[in-house]
Amino acid sequence: MTLPDEGAVPDEGGRPGSTALADGEWHRLHPLTPLLRGGLGFIAVIGILIANLRERLVEWFLPGVVCPPGDPDCGTGDPIDYLVDNGYVVLALLAVLGVLLLFVAGFYVSWRMHTFRVTDEVVEVRSGILFRTHRKARLDRIQGVAVARPLFARLFGTAKLDVEVAGQDANVPLAYLGNTAADALRGDILRLASGSRAHGAPATAPAAGGGGSVIDRRVSELLAPELDPNLAPPQSVVHMHPGRLIGSTLLSGTTLAIVLVGVGIVVAVVLSLGAVSELFWTLFTLIPVAFGLVSYQVNRVLKFLRYSIAATPDGVRIGYGLLSTRNETLPPGRIHSVAVSQSIFWRPADWWTIRVNRASRQSSSSSGQSAQQSTVVLPVGSRDDVFKVLELLLPAIVAGVDGESREVLERGLTGRGGDDEFTTSPRRAAVLRWFSWRRNGFALFPGAVLLRRGAIWRELAIVPTPRVQSVAIEQGPLARALRLAGVHVHTVAGPISPAIGALDVRDAEGFFRDAEAAAVAAAGADTSHRWRSGEE
Amino acid sequence: MTLREPQDGAFPEPQEGGGLDPIAGEWQRVSPKYVTVDLLGILISGVMFVVATGVPFFVTRNPWFLLIPAGALVLHVLLAAFTPRRVRALGYLLRDDDLVFRKGIMFLRVVSVPYGRMQLVDINRGPIARAFGLSELKLVTAAAASHITIPGLPEADAERLRDHLVELAESRRAGL
Repeated sequence: MTLPDEGAVPDEGGRPGSTALADGEWHRLHPLTPLLRGGLGFIAVIGILIANLRERLVEWFLPGVVCPPGDPDCGTGDPIDYLVDNGYVVLALLAVLGVLLLFVAGFYVSWRMHTFRVTDEVVEVRSGILFRTHRKARLDRIQGVAVARPLFARLFGTAKLDVEVAGQDANVPLAYLGNTAADALRGDILRLASGSRAHGAPATAPAAGGGGSVIDRRVSELLAPELDPNLAPPQSVVHMHPGRLIGSTLLSGTTLAIVLVGVGIVVAVVLSLGAVSELFWTLFTLIPVAFGLVSYQVNRVLKFLRYSIAATPDGVRIGYGLLSTRNETLPPGRIHSVAVSQSIFWRPADWWTIRVNRASRQSSSSSGQSAQQSTVVLPVGSRDDVFKVLELLLPAIVAGVDGESREVLERGLTGRGGDDEFTTSPRRAAVLRWFSWRRNGFALFPGAVLLRRGAIWRELAIVPTPRVQSVAIEQGPLARALRLAGVHVHTVAGPISPAIGALDVRDAEGFFRDAEAAAVAAAGADTSHRWRSGEE
Repeated sequence: MTLREPQDGAFPEPQEGGGLDPIAGEWQRVSPKYVTVDLLGILISGVMFVVATGVPFFVTRNPWFLLIPAGALVLHVLLAAFTPRRVRALGYLLRDDDLVFRKGIMFLRVVSVPYGRMQLVDINRGPIARAFGLSELKLVTAAAASHITIPGLPEADAERLRDHLVELAESRRAGL
């Protein structure tokens, strides 16, 4: 079987070249799409059939192994015996063939009907045979473009392109495209979305894996580095050190839980030496829990083992995955808030993790782990890594990391309070914030709001002011008695909730007014929905 | 365009040291008729709760089970007693660039939404509120946390306010 080199087959009139897929015409997906989307299920069905027929196959090829020759009852009541005995074999085979043909025809028609196009304004996808769906996404509303390569698709040299738009499960998936086509199309979509005037500029051509046979190309693609070195300046790239990833995974609350469960198992074994049934039930519940926790840890390590983050002209590119890879490009201005946090376990090593809130979300039911993945930007990193990543994510705010802004951010991460830029809780707030009242505070930074909290579980939340949706100030009866109040900066939903409580009432009121004014001013001046429209 | 009602004015609540008053201004209040609407709602919910929680008593005839409906009753009476104050504490303020909304006495919350951030403006009318000619205005932004619901607006006012807000949002439209 020869695999077509181009990812999608152009309709009549499609122009050749690297931008062939973004020429405004309708195109089809990779011809292997039906196999990759439905094929796994099909193979599973065949697998189940084979598993059920195993004894029969063994009997055919090695007579006498399953059924001893002298046993007349063995193998009766089997539907296949019934078919053979009554001469329905031909009929049965025809039926199987018919079902197979029906499936193949269905897959073929659905592939024919599944078309997409990319124009200067929108990305559109039409699909479905009986129930047609037509999804259209405006390019200036794009929140990110992801290229995912599940293991199975990767073996066939294909990739899935996800155009992410704001909203729950509002992405436009293009599954599957050829590797080169997916990379080229991502570049085209980002270039069109950026509003860049340099129309028709060639997309960054990914390094081809050399000539040779199909097998050679596949192998070289599998072994190629996750991030094309020509794509980003090397000084902007942050890589994951495997030792640090494993160490940070071990130094977590989950490890503590595993140890506790392990102790529980030992205690259960020791205490119930006499009563076997009790022991059985205890182990029956505890061992699956232990397995679940351990596999969670292993998954985390595998997921982020080949992690990299880098700056490209059209935004931050985050890639991860060992067997199934995924990389996302987040254009500027698509990050609604950033939180840098550190648990107490990580403090001796000075490790931090960075999470973000983004407007496009995947519900956990539809795509499993990827929901968690796309909000973690830096799984674990040293303080230098943190500043590198922050500079990539929020270039306008952290510009010149070595300057004064770095010092302010440093104090945001590790500051213990006292005399710095942060307005912190008053002494009387110690009733509510036992350990962190000195540190608990906020600062208004040019272009961003900084919220610092937590003495044991340190966290610094950074909300770019152009992304603030609204600001709230809250006060309950206890806070009122203590002359305290809390503020909440609202951004799109995500793992970060930028709020800070137990501030002095007057400070909180001042923050409320200033943050609101800053948000209004920043929203008016923001042009990041067409991030390169200013360039010539 | 004026959206002011005659009962405008600063909130009369005493501002002792700990009170929250981030923005001084001419807060607009909701219609006083909303007190009746809210009371009727509390009445209906109270009757339903008392009857539903009274079922164990009617089944078992055990007097101790009367405590549950009694508790529900006390809760609703308290809710009803504070309703006039709670309704008076609702207020909104149309400033140059944003809408500010406040609610609550014990748990005070003040939210301010820049006009450009509003994604949609909804008008809802429940059956009781409709009988009194009142509507509820709901503002939605891209953040789920910034939900604002202004109840008890006269229908004409609600529609005028909605059109005004949509117009403002359109003129200051920003990305997400």
